Amino acid sequence: MLHIIACIKQVPDTKIIKMNPKTNTMDRASAPAILNPYDAHAVEEAVRIKKKYGGIVSVLTMGPPPAVKAIKKCIEIGADEGYMISDRRFAGADTLATSYALTKALDKIQKSRPVDLILCGKMTIDGDTGQVGPGIARRLDIPPLTSVKKVESVHQEEGHIIVHRKIEDGHEVIQSTLPCLLSVEKEINEVPYSSFPNMIKAARYDPVIWSVDDLEDVDIKQLGLKGSPTIVAKVWAPPKPEGGKMLEGSPHDQVDQILSVILEKKELFQAKGGS
Amino acid sequence: MSERFDCIVVGAGPAGIACAYELAKGGAKVVLIERGEYPGSKNVMGGVLYRQMMEDVIPGFYQEAPLERPIVEQRFMMMDKESAVTFGYKGMEWGKEPYNNFTVLRAKFDQWFASKAVEQGALLINETVVTECIVEEGRVVGVRTDRPDGEVYADVVVLADGVNSLLAKSLGFHKEYRPDEVALATMEILKLDKKVIEDRFNLEPNQGCTIELFGDATKGILGTGFLYTNKDSLSIGVGTLLSGLIKHKIRPYELLEYVKDHPMIRPYLQGSEQQEYLAHLIPEGGYKSMGKVVGDGVIVVGDAAQLVNAIHREGSNLAMTSGRIAAETILLAMQAGDFSEALLDRYRVKLMNSFVGQDMKKYKDSTHHFDKFPQYFDQYIPMMNRAASQMFTVDGKSKWEKQKKIWKDIGSPREKIKIARDAYRAWRVMK
Amino acid sequence: MNLEEYHGVWVFIEEQENTIAPVSLELLGAGRQLADKRGVELAGVIIGSQVTTLASTVFEYGADVVYVYDQPIFKDYRTESYMKALLHCCETYKPEIILFGATSTGKDLASAVATDLPTGLTADTTELDVEEDTGLLLASRPAFGGNIMATILCKKYRPQMATVRPKVMKALEKEPGRTGKLIEEQINIKEDDIRTKVLEIVRATTKKVRIDEADIVVAGGKGLGSAEGFQLIHRLAETLGGAVGASRDVVEAGWIEHHHQVGQTGVTVTPKIYFAIGISGAIQHLVGMKNATMIIAINKDPDAPIFEACHYGIVGDAFEIIPLLVEQFSRAIAKEEVNHVGEV
Ligand SMILES: Cc1cc2nc3c(=O)[nH]c(=O)nc-3n(C[C@H](O)[C@H](O)[C@H](O)COP(=O)(O)OP(=O)(O)OC[C@H]3O[C@@H](n4cnc5c(N)ncnc54)[C@H](O)[C@@H]3O)c2cc1C
Ligand SMILES: Cc1cc2nc3c(=O)[nH]c(=O)nc-3n(C[C@H](O)[C@H](O)[C@H](O)COP(=O)(O)OP(=O)(O)OC[C@H]3O[C@@H](n4cnc5c(N)ncnc54)[C@H](O)[C@@H]3O)c2cc1C
Ligand SMILES: Nc1ncnc2c1ncn2[C@@H]1O[C@H](COP(=O)(O)O)[C@@H](O)[C@H]1O
Repeated sequence: MLHIIACIKQVPDTKIIKMNPKTNTMDRASAPAILNPYDAHAVEEAVRIKKKYGGIVSVLTMGPPPAVKAIKKCIEIGADEGYMISDRRFAGADTLATSYALTKALDKIQKSRPVDLILCGKMTIDGDTGQVGPGIARRLDIPPLTSVKKVESVHQEEGHIIVHRKIEDGHEVIQSTLPCLLSVEKEINEVPYSSFPNMIKAARYDPVIWSVDDLEDVDIKQLGLKGSPTIVAKVWAPPKPEGGKMLEGSPHDQVDQILSVILEKKELFQAKGGS
Repeated sequence: MSERFDCIVVGAGPAGIACAYELAKGGAKVVLIERGEYPGSKNVMGGVLYRQMMEDVIPGFYQEAPLERPIVEQRFMMMDKESAVTFGYKGMEWGKEPYNNFTVLRAKFDQWFASKAVEQGALLINETVVTECIVEEGRVVGVRTDRPDGEVYADVVVLADGVNSLLAKSLGFHKEYRPDEVALATMEILKLDKKVIEDRFNLEPNQGCTIELFGDATKGILGTGFLYTNKDSLSIGVGTLLSGLIKHKIRPYELLEYVKDHPMIRPYLQGSEQQEYLAHLIPEGGYKSMGKVVGDGVIVVGDAAQLVNAIHREGSNLAMTSGRIAAETILLAMQAGDFSEALLDRYRVKLMNSFVGQDMKKYKDSTHHFDKFPQYFDQYIPMMNRAASQMFTVDGKSKWEKQKKIWKDIGSPREKIKIARDAYRAWRVMK
Repeated sequence: MNLEEYHGVWVFIEEQENTIAPVSLELLGAGRQLADKRGVELAGVIIGSQVTTLASTVFEYGADVVYVYDQPIFKDYRTESYMKALLHCCETYKPEIILFGATSTGKDLASAVATDLPTGLTADTTELDVEEDTGLLLASRPAFGGNIMATILCKKYRPQMATVRPKVMKALEKEPGRTGKLIEEQINIKEDDIRTKVLEIVRATTKKVRIDEADIVVAGGKGLGSAEGFQLIHRLAETLGGAVGASRDVVEAGWIEHHHQVGQTGVTVTPKIYFAIGISGAIQHLVGMKNATMIIAINKDPDAPIFEACHYGIVGDAFEIIPLLVEQFSRAIAKEEVNHVGEV
């Protein structure tokens, strides 16, 4: 029986978030909170591995109380159990402090059921870093495998896994010992429409919720804002480029003008012209 | 096979939520299925929530529900092209407990209301469309959803799926609406600073005002418009019978743009910013176009049962009351172990004896009447405006003279008889 | 932690089959500026097998020092082995700043190393600066889906680390013959210490159009209406001899594959000519192409934000303009050829 854990996060939907142009702050209310889209793929992959090899899928998140909703979403996808760590003292964490807190929660989960495989999303759409996954792996001292686009096979008996990692111009096939951590790409799978029984299960589900005090051996100084080496010093609106020249006249005239400016860059077309 | 419930409620609007709430409270195992991302996400309403019927479900709800403003003033504007006759009532007693009614934003309110039903033990399933009722041997025994393994079974199915209920229609409970039985309403929510709203509408903080618009608001087409104050936004909308839109060949959003730009309205909206645009149907056929509301193992509530009082722009309250009565009947049926049409028909009887049925009957002819005689909207309101203008213009003529002129302007004796007859008819349908 | 002990700006040199990744050369350019402002040395760190020869190139692109870990075990990139080498180097030489390309390798390595050190790591940086007297790195990056820019600082930990987007920084002109100090290092690491093995590397057989290397990019957006409409973009690109780009919405609609996507979550391009056709000009798209030498926008909507970002704008219908462009360009080229022939 494999025990697979997917780390997931609830994020504001940055696709529709509105910005206050005066203060450069986000109007958080304008963006609904959703399950980080990349993490949905991590959960789905965990569920697929479970279906193929047998096992149990847990999800883990650190977030404010409403993030229970994101856990429920994972139950809809097919996860069996959900854990959430939630405490004001976690707030303001950067990737280093986040991976620290999550590792402490994983330690606790492992006490009752050791973990064979951890899955993370490629990145979150609010943090945008992709650093938390490898961070967790380092802290647990297990191999981190990032940019995973396919899980080829899992060999629990032999204690290893084979995956495809995306690289700039192709992919590499990697074998790693278990346990290990995978950060998965979006293309690894498609998250199907959840079944009705899973919807019912999710609606009824109450995750396990822990505060800092429920975790063991926690160094408070490494949590939240205090435990974060990086700070956001300044935010500003991306500079607006200056407008260019609007061409006038009939479509024919406009195309003529464009042609004359691009043909000035003769060198670009020479090869073509000469052939 | 999927698990069984005592009751399945389809649609988490005021009707469905009220029903699920009462059922769960009564100890029934109930699942509430909503197609939107969350309750309220797809729901449209100008935004007046009536306190009484909501309190019948959750007493003292206003202490915690996300409400916009308690309404202390209701105005009515009879509009012509460049003028309006306005009357209304403002009373401070409406600004404190027990209040009269409130403006609400459905996206927030429905979500809250549904969470209360969940607290009672109802199971809420979002993002799931019920595609059909499962009928076995003439009885409804469950529903099919658009999800894999999507069948659910229950003793009773409550259809609270709103106007145009496809589910009730597929059971043959009602026919496709005629264009003169439904209104199409479009509305916008416009963001505006709290303080500006209060100054502009002459309100204290946490007080609200509603303005109902007649006449030129709908370019004389049968229908009404509205302008409501929320906390930091305004709701403005127009609704007209579909038949009117078709006849006048006008698109609904054009009508909304027209009202927004009307000289009587524009100043209220200045500086506001569009936040949302919504469109929705309202069943306005009234009592006469109500279909069947119960069958074996099935009950229809709210808009799905055509329960709207078009004249007073009430709907959510009738929806809640019908949902509540349906729940009471189902709890009774559970005790009796009988879910036949004969037993469930007690819902219909109770409903018709409540204010819902009474009001539906009282105004049973109103929409048809006003639709048949458009002069109320396209002639009499302008006439009223002309009369008011003459009366109130100070130009040295005596008020006697003015009255005489107004009287004369109304037209020939025959015209006057016609108006008198129309007034009598209107009184008859509204009485 | 004594911040004073940390000196110098480092660039992790990413290498593949004995060629240095372009982004590493770009970072040497950016690193040079930081090092000069701060008055310190710029170093490159090379890890690999038979890579010492690459050091000369690193010097030629601006480095003063090169640290090399050249051992057979580094033949393939693996997080664990590379991380150990880089950690060893950090512990021995204590840099103030380390820059990595925001590539799959660079991000992978940086995340692991930062956790072990531990220190702060800023991802996907697009602007870099340093405070002259304190050495504080000002790493700025788009945040929240590109809606805002944020400057990230790491005040109390050293080294300060950042991954930097490819194609955003500029490499220096190569200075042939320029050299510096080569420091060769070794670590004691056995194959058995490493828990991952690279079984196979599969390089894409069909050479993909590298739109990030093309001189001309013709990019189309949702305004082309459909996959069929988008064919017009292919036609124009073909006529001009350019590569095809696309907005994300087009990729999501499935009209073209993801590697054609330009922008925040796609590639950054810096062609000589960039056509943005039927693209509204969302900020996330602009970050991927704003450094093109010449941007020509064609859009039906005169208020489209793309017009604020272009050098030349045409308000018009793509379905009218593109065929005209194709036709007139072909004619113009044909004429050129005739002239050309005439000259000979
Ligand atoms: C512009 C406008 C202004 C109005 N103003 C007022 C007002 O000021 N005061 C007032 O009291 N009334 C007003 N009304 C009327 C009021 O909105 C309705 O009468 C009331 O919402 C009816 O409630 P309901 O629960 O029956 O239906 P709805 O609120 O329409 O709820 C139906 C629910 O069912 C869901 N659903 C539908 N089909 C399915 C399916 N197949 N599967 C799953 N779920 C489904 C829908 O998503 C929806 O959530 C207004 C209406 C409009 C359009
Ligand atoms: C986290 C995040 C990351 C993102 N990353 C990227 C990214 O990497 N790359 C990217 O591109 N986007 C990205 N986006 C999406 C981006 O915000 C925009 O949604 C997207 O760029 C819009 O694509 P578009 O311009 O093709 O479509 P639209 O915005 O729909 O614009 C279509 C344009 O075509 C014009 N048009 C219509 N018909 C015609 C015609 N016949 N002729 C001429 N013009 C016509 C219209 O006027 C309009 O301006 C990202 C968004 C988020 C939130
Ligand atoms: N607060 C969190 N709780 C659980 N998992 C997280 C959290 N933040 C990040 N992760 C995981 O780490 C991945 C990378 O996140 P990030 O480094 O923020 O881009 C995400 O896709 C998640 O799988």
